[in-house]
Amino acid sequence: MTTTPTTPDGRRSDAAIDVQDLHKYFGDNEVLKGIDFHVGHGQVVCVIGPSGSGKSTLLRCVNMLEVPTSGKIFVEGEEITDPDADVDKLRARIGIVFQSFNLFPHMTVLRNLTIAQQKVAGRKKAEAVEIARANLAKVGLEEKETAYPAHLSGGQQQRVAIARALSMQPDLMLFDEPTSALDPELVGDVLAVMKDLASEGMTMMVVTHEMGFAREVGDNLVFMDGGVIVEEGDPRAVLGDPQHERTQAFLSKVL
Amino acid sequence: MASPRQRAARWRYVQYAVLVVVLVAIALVADWAQLQRAFWNWELVKEQFPEVLTIALKNTIIYTACGFTFGLVLGLVLALMRLSSVGPYRWIATGVIELFRGLPALVVFIALSVGFTLAFPNLVIPFGNLGIVTLALGLVGGAYMAETIRAGIQAVPKGQMEAARSLGMSHGRAMISVVVPQAFRIILPPLTNELILLTKDSSLVYILGLSLADYELTKFGRESMNSSSNLTPIVVIALCYLLITVPLSIVVRRMESRSERAR
Repeated sequence: MTTTPTTPDGRRSDAAIDVQDLHKYFGDNEVLKGIDFHVGHGQVVCVIGPSGSGKSTLLRCVNMLEVPTSGKIFVEGEEITDPDADVDKLRARIGIVFQSFNLFPHMTVLRNLTIAQQKVAGRKKAEAVEIARANLAKVGLEEKETAYPAHLSGGQQQRVAIARALSMQPDLMLFDEPTSALDPELVGDVLAVMKDLASEGMTMMVVTHEMGFAREVGDNLVFMDGGVIVEEGDPRAVLGDPQHERTQAFLSKVL
Repeated sequence: MASPRQRAARWRYVQYAVLVVVLVAIALVADWAQLQRAFWNWELVKEQFPEVLTIALKNTIIYTACGFTFGLVLGLVLALMRLSSVGPYRWIATGVIELFRGLPALVVFIALSVGFTLAFPNLVIPFGNLGIVTLALGLVGGAYMAETIRAGIQAVPKGQMEAARSLGMSHGRAMISVVVPQAFRIILPPLTNELILLTKDSSLVYILGLSLADYELTKFGRESMNSSSNLTPIVVIALCYLLITVPLSIVVRRMESRSERAR
């Protein structure tokens, strides 16, 4: 079923991600307090903020890993929060990359990339392997296809995780602090892959602490604190001349 | 002054020496001739063969394999039911697990062999004794394994399920392809324990009243002991049990070190 998301004035109807008045409680604790958020096609939107600000929860709500308490989320025009929505089918179109990689440790790198293609997308093995190899080449790890995840460095594992998500040929990609668990010298390789993706026009939502990446690659920057969006706008403007005092306080600590 | 490491080494040598002294003392004091008369009469040893292998050992392996296989499937189903979000599934699984884990295996054997026929005079458990053994051992083993498997599933990091779901897999598909295979690696050692316990529990089949062709190791040894008035057959079947369990342990250790490499 397809629903075209329209706010009363009809704007944002073509957004890749459209979050409307999102509230999320964990027990009595309200971690998202009415979020309106959108990502246009081909846009790279970076979300920054102190820990506990709700930025990861927002990202996880977009593919329903966390179920919102109230509010609506549209992905590529389809409402994923609709109780009748086929969440599995929508999720297959949303790639997600986690802070802790979450590769399947009992499978080779190649199998990590092909299993969902075969079991979910219904592709034949030969086709799945071809797509997987192309994506491994894209992240620069084509020679690692027979390795097990445990034998790769953190940076390599994260690049495999990106290739795994890409192998489902998603419409958009979510990144949940993709470099936060990496040794500093490995961060660059992962960010380089993400930059390539952005330059190819992939729609991306990136929760990150990498201000350099946000400034260089982001089309839009969102600063969250205490479960609300405090400030958003052009990354260079927000980072260079933050308007809100909470943004100023946060940036003065991290920059 | 000896370094701490030298002192530790010296203390270890003392331990080895004590062990050797104790073993030698036992060996010297024991009445070996008497022991051999009671436990290792060569003529009787030879008499056990080949039936102890072709009938008894074979049957023990068949009973155990069937019971363990059924128990493993049942245990997996019960474990998944225990973890289900559907209340009645959880309650039923908990009930079955508590019942069959709490009952002595002997009681389950009697209930199935005698009770079942009394309750359903027109129904017959298929495959005769083998069917009853499979059901009884499977129920008891499955109830134990269910809790082990559940613990194994819960020990798999939550991120694995999340990663599988976010690739579009259904909950069931993610369980089968991603979570359960990792759970089984974690619980390989306790599952081996369960298999070894079932090997020995298979001796309870004697309660069914067997003909010679259905004898397993314990029943075979007991009959042979009674007819010869000597303990030798018991020693022979004891060695046969070790013939099953020791290679089993070696195979499992190999599997563990192999999955360790892929970790």
